[in-house]
Amino acid sequence: MKINASGMHYRDLNKSIRDAVSAGAEAIQLDHVNGQYFIGDGINRPVTITINGVPGNDLAAFMNGATIIVNDNAQDNIGNTMNAGKVVVHGHAGDVLGYGMRGGRLHIKKDVGYRVGIHMKSYNENRPVLIAGGKAGDFFGEYMAGGILILLDMMSDNPDKPKHGYSLGTGMHGGTIFIRGEVDESRLSKEVGVFELTNDDTAALEEYLKEYCKDFGLKLKDVMKEKFVKILPKSKRPYGNMYCAMPR
Amino acid sequence: MKLKPTHIFEKDISNCGLTGFISTSGKLVGGEVIMKSIALMHDRGNGLGGGFAAYGIYPQFKEFNALHLMYESGMSIQLTEEYLEQNFIIEHHEDIPTRRIPAIKNPPVFRRYFVKLRETDEYLEAVNFQNMTEQDVVVGHVMRINNEIEGAFVVSSGKNMGAFKGVGYPEDIADFFNLEQYSGFLWTAHNRFPTNTPGWWGGAHPFTLLDWSIVHNGEISSYGINKRYLEMYGYLCTMLTDTEVVAYMLDLLIRKHGLSPELACMALASPFWDKIDTMPADEREILTAIRQVYGSGLLNGPFAILFGSNEGLIGLNDRVKLRPLVCAEKDDFVYMASEEAAIREICPAPDKIWSPRGGEPVIARLKQGVA
Repeated sequence: MKINASGMHYRDLNKSIRDAVSAGAEAIQLDHVNGQYFIGDGINRPVTITINGVPGNDLAAFMNGATIIVNDNAQDNIGNTMNAGKVVVHGHAGDVLGYGMRGGRLHIKKDVGYRVGIHMKSYNENRPVLIAGGKAGDFFGEYMAGGILILLDMMSDNPDKPKHGYSLGTGMHGGTIFIRGEVDESRLSKEVGVFELTNDDTAALEEYLKEYCKDFGLKLKDVMKEKFVKILPKSKRPYGNMYCAMPR
Repeated sequence: MKLKPTHIFEKDISNCGLTGFISTSGKLVGGEVIMKSIALMHDRGNGLGGGFAAYGIYPQFKEFNALHLMYESGMSIQLTEEYLEQNFIIEHHEDIPTRRIPAIKNPPVFRRYFVKLRETDEYLEAVNFQNMTEQDVVVGHVMRINNEIEGAFVVSSGKNMGAFKGVGYPEDIADFFNLEQYSGFLWTAHNRFPTNTPGWWGGAHPFTLLDWSIVHNGEISSYGINKRYLEMYGYLCTMLTDTEVVAYMLDLLIRKHGLSPELACMALASPFWDKIDTMPADEREILTAIRQVYGSGLLNGPFAILFGSNEGLIGLNDRVKLRPLVCAEKDDFVYMASEEAAIREICPAPDKIWSPRGGEPVIARLKQGVA
């Protein structure tokens, strides 16, 4: 099923999408999208939504099991509190991606903005994975509580910019960040440390990257050519002693 | 007991939107283009403020200051026109053409005056003995009208430029002012969602002084410090909103103190001290000096601003990028907006599109001698 979104207000567009989903559509193609907010929000069924154009903010919020493919760039706040499903962006994306995300996957081909992966969390088998193929802005993995964040720096439109911004992992207290190549340790927050990958880590990382490579037509061995490092929080309660010493 | 909801939970987007572009080779573009871009971000505002700044729109009067005046009463018109007549030679004046539309409620009266300073005794005293420039004298008159004439406000006062703003959605404001009839090489636009200060006609963006104009998304938490600092230099804040200080601060830093736009941006959004500590010696020295001298000029709080002048267009974020800003280039055009979609609406296939980092100014200069 196809919807021409040209000039459509987000409410009308999202109503058409929800109607199509409840009518049992398996695949929906949205053409001429430009800036409409909230696409795919709260969709509870395994439908595939293909977006041609730039979707607006808050794409795939609270999404639970659908797949969204964006054949262009995307904006801010993708995958807020997303529970399951996948978003694939064939371009760059903006700030605050995967806010409080607790399951599913976010695959961004190029650069991502500030505060990516902020407060991602995981519980048992619910483990969100966010992979960015370009560079990242400041506060990557801010207050991260769980899940997996991966930064590749392979497909950026801004080759002269640093791989990652300042304050990486500020307030991080759970989850894992993998970064391809070196990290600039002067740009890490005090709450995190850099570690070598174990064999188990490498196996897990390859598993995460396999699907990403498939989405963007990459070869896993090209991605794995370079060494990765792992960033972990030093403490589960980084601010426990901020105002007064906590009893042990 | 059954609890009733305290408000309607259906969410409306609320965050102000801004957009702007420049043709660095001075090509003139009609007002309908910027209107299309800002209208795409309709839902970022709530109808309590919209506005535009346009450069290159008055080529026939480019030697004159174009004073756009807003009047809330007949008395304010009379008093202001007497004041203008005493202090300026008025080459031409007229009502700013407006179109009465239902979406715009209770508009004030708008008039424009193309003026040169009159050589009054006061003027001669200021220029010959008080070391003031002509521009300083104009600024003094703008401050005096805003501050002393009840119900009269100078909306803009630069050369070959003008601001058009009011209470309404930006596309309605554009319609009200017939913006499609103007052509400029640089346009900025704002869609307001007032949070801390009233939504009134003077409080809509842009805020201007001489050639400078500012549109802003965010809030200037340091307003009090900035305002007191500016008062020492004779700038009086009368528009009841935080953004006003940015326009005056840039006038002070760039025009009065001779800072380059790059240095002025460093004063407004200085890097943190721990970042300065890691810089090479010469940069460290400059930034230390800037922070020491202009501590009261630092803008604290979240912001994305677009800053227009006859020299060019500048986009700037706060240091930790708490508001969105996206930039793009296509041939000789540079675009800046809160959302990529607002750029793509008027430039579907840019050569380059990127998000600047926090505190990193994007500066698009007009080529010399083209406008």
